[in-house]
Amino acid sequence: MGDNNEKSRILSIQNLIIKFKLRGQVLTAIRDISLDLYKGESLAIVGESGSGKSVLVKSIMGLLDKNGFIDQGKILYKDYDLSQFSTEKDWLKIRGKEIAMVTQDPMTSLNPLKTVGKQIEECVNLHQGLKGKEAYERTLKLLRDVGIHDVEKRYKQYPHEFSGGMRQRIVIAIAVACNPKILICDEPTTALDVTIQAQILQLLKNLQEMYGLTTIYITHDLGVVAKVADRIAVMYAGDIIEVGKTHEVFFDGKHPYTWALLSSLPQLGAKGEELYSIKGTPPNLFNEIKGDAFAPRNPYALNIDFVERPPFFKVTETHYAKTWLLHSDAPKVEPPQSLQAFFEEGRRYAYEQ
Amino acid sequence: MSNREVVLEVKNLNVTFSKGKNKFRAIRDVSFEIYKGETFGLVGESGSGKTTIGRSIMRINEVTGGEILFKGKPINGKISKDWDQEITQKIQMIFQDPMASLNERAKVDYIISEGLVNTKKYKNNAERLEKVRNALLEVGLLPEFASRFPHEFSGGQRQRIGIARALVMEPEFIIADEPISALDVSIRAQVLNLLSNLQKQNDLTYLFIAHDLSIVRFITDRTAVIYKGQIVELAETEKLFSNPIHPYTRALISAVPEPNPYKERAKTIEIYDPSQHNYIKDPPSFVEIEDGHFVLANEEELTRYRTMFKIGV
Repeated sequence: MGDNNEKSRILSIQNLIIKFKLRGQVLTAIRDISLDLYKGESLAIVGESGSGKSVLVKSIMGLLDKNGFIDQGKILYKDYDLSQFSTEKDWLKIRGKEIAMVTQDPMTSLNPLKTVGKQIEECVNLHQGLKGKEAYERTLKLLRDVGIHDVEKRYKQYPHEFSGGMRQRIVIAIAVACNPKILICDEPTTALDVTIQAQILQLLKNLQEMYGLTTIYITHDLGVVAKVADRIAVMYAGDIIEVGKTHEVFFDGKHPYTWALLSSLPQLGAKGEELYSIKGTPPNLFNEIKGDAFAPRNPYALNIDFVERPPFFKVTETHYAKTWLLHSDAPKVEPPQSLQAFFEEGRRYAYEQ
Repeated sequence: MSNREVVLEVKNLNVTFSKGKNKFRAIRDVSFEIYKGETFGLVGESGSGKTTIGRSIMRINEVTGGEILFKGKPINGKISKDWDQEITQKIQMIFQDPMASLNERAKVDYIISEGLVNTKKYKNNAERLEKVRNALLEVGLLPEFASRFPHEFSGGQRQRIGIARALVMEPEFIIADEPISALDVSIRAQVLNLLSNLQKQNDLTYLFIAHDLSIVRFITDRTAVIYKGQIVELAETEKLFSNPIHPYTRALISAVPEPNPYKERAKTIEIYDPSQHNYIKDPPSFVEIEDGHFVLANEEELTRYRTMFKIGV
């Protein structure tokens, strides 16, 4: 998807199709996705639940449920094609060491029977090859790096002695302890309070710089995206429908679904008036989807949207959207009124910078 | 402002869990009034006690001290049987998680009419069915859904069933405890709109409990910020957001992510440090700093806030 000369590609997903077998039926969760990840960037994948964002990153980590399989396509990382991996032994070369993950719920992702220090040290032993005193010192450094005070005492404590935000810091320390190149954060702050959320996001940003990480954020919260992402990929019904730099997607979005997502933010609504809402529900992925998956809910849908699936249209070098509205024969459609003020404001900010 | 009808009044509410050594004061001396027809927001972090207040009004939690008045009459402690029945019907609640709050083994028809059955609020079965039908239509569901089970519905639809269950009792006052935080972004807007339309149609008063300030700002008329069981600030929502006074409120508002990358990255986040208050020597009280804008502060802070207010920081 366009050459990006300044940055080198670190991960490349090509024409990926992922299916699940469920009660004798086949569900297509990922419908032909291509996406590149560049070294050092932070990419946010945005979408509703069921849009396939978690499935996509799980396939990168080899964590798909047993009934899920990669039907077609490649996931290229270094010299490997991850889509061909079948055994646990293969995956152990990648998991943790190359790609690590921070999960949503810090309450369930730690072992309640082990001290947090030991849990981090485990990764230090395994992935950094350090032992004894050295490993201990490194663990303390990691604890300090994720913003925990009084590390010698904290090392000996169990997860239940930590608050939600502190536990998420431990989970992050464990992920970083593996020395990964890519860090995947799956809804890292959804379970946390706003004040803690802000701190954790700041921490992730700092760590990214400190350790030279490439990060993928999965979230449905556009506020989180605004804070951390360099690039955004918007997913709908198993497809990436728009991808671009953060400000391009926010202030020059082209796909009606992107418009709809932004318009339904309460921050953009006027008090006492109806908040914009997307009618209907997402499509059933058990059925074959014809045309643009968003067409039945899209007030701007053209006839062709119901027949043929739109390809990526290029907006700029870095910005692509899958909507027929960008075709040269399409009628000119302006984004909804409520969004135009928002776009205008964004352009003003961009101009000032 | 002051001559508006008060629907619900909470006076010096105290809730304490456990006894002796494990005693925990969840709610400390909380007082507020809710006017007829308004949406009153209660925001705070998890563990701040916002849900406990809601549950006390629902009479699920026992009140340790203080009073809760509905239309001027107390609803806690010893009350007559008729009044008890009336409150049960007039005050209803919508719960947070639509996946957990519906009985998995019951059909929608039963879920919605359970309250009716318990209070015998219908003459014959035909009337009951009619009420269920109307409640379903009101929340934008089809009457046929009455014969289905909860697992057949999506999260948004389930939350509508939860709302229908409250509406069928013809309530005047509804406590909505994080009604949309378990829902998807695009479905949130639908449910928010539904709630505000129902409010207009049925002349309802809401207590809206939430931790998401952007939603609170959009839907509520007045907001109280609660921190560790105490209300630290209370004002009209717009005033509160444009002119927050208490340091905790300021920290909370500054932490809300903005959907604008330029603004979001440029802003500084304030951090609240409770040790900044010198409350042992000079205990705080809940003071009205301007018309309808209350803040928890002691004398020294109050002078500082007042000057801050004049300059308009």
